[in-house]
Amino acid sequence: MPIAQTDLETILREGFPDAEIVIEDLAGDGDHYKARIVSAAFAGLPRVRQHQLVYAALKGRMGGELHALALETSAPL
Amino acid sequence: MTETTTANPVHDFIAGAIADHPVVLFMKGVPEQPQCGFSAQVVQILDHLGADFVGVNVLQSDALRDGIKTYSDWPTIPQLYVKGEFVGGCDIIREMFQAGELKTFLAEQGVLEA
Repeated sequence: MPIAQTDLETILREGFPDAEIVIEDLAGDGDHYKARIVSAAFAGLPRVRQHQLVYAALKGRMGGELHALALETSAPL
Repeated sequence: MTETTTANPVHDFIAGAIADHPVVLFMKGVPEQPQCGFSAQVVQILDHLGADFVGVNVLQSDALRDGIKTYSDWPTIPQLYVKGEFVGGCDIIREMFQAGELKTFLAEQGVLEA
């Protein structure tokens, strides 16, 4: 059930058009990623809300076809 | 999320657990033997800080494993609750720990021995 890195990036870009997004494939298996997302959408939100926005953009894939996605979110300085 | 009774018995169980215990970690496996690397990391951090917590093994029931995700609107496990509030999953707890915020937060909540 893995997901290609380019697909993951496309999905995240759709959700956060303004964002700076850096994705790393941690295990090389298309199933364990790390994403750093810097978007104005996160400004002023607690981390839980920031990550919930990312999970919402992933439309249910998280925990399903995407097993592990380490998230680092922040608003632009 | 703050209701004490809901139509969902699993949600009632979760609400009861986080009301009864100040620090609750919903995890895969038990604190003595975590069955997932992410759960293990959070256990390690809490142990390191000397926080007293109750671990709830979500692998004991599919209903609980799914229920905890809908309860918090959070798709992954582990999930840490302090004083009834969802604090975060593995990434957030690790980030807070590394920034020194977790210790401060737990102390402020009065759940860390001085």
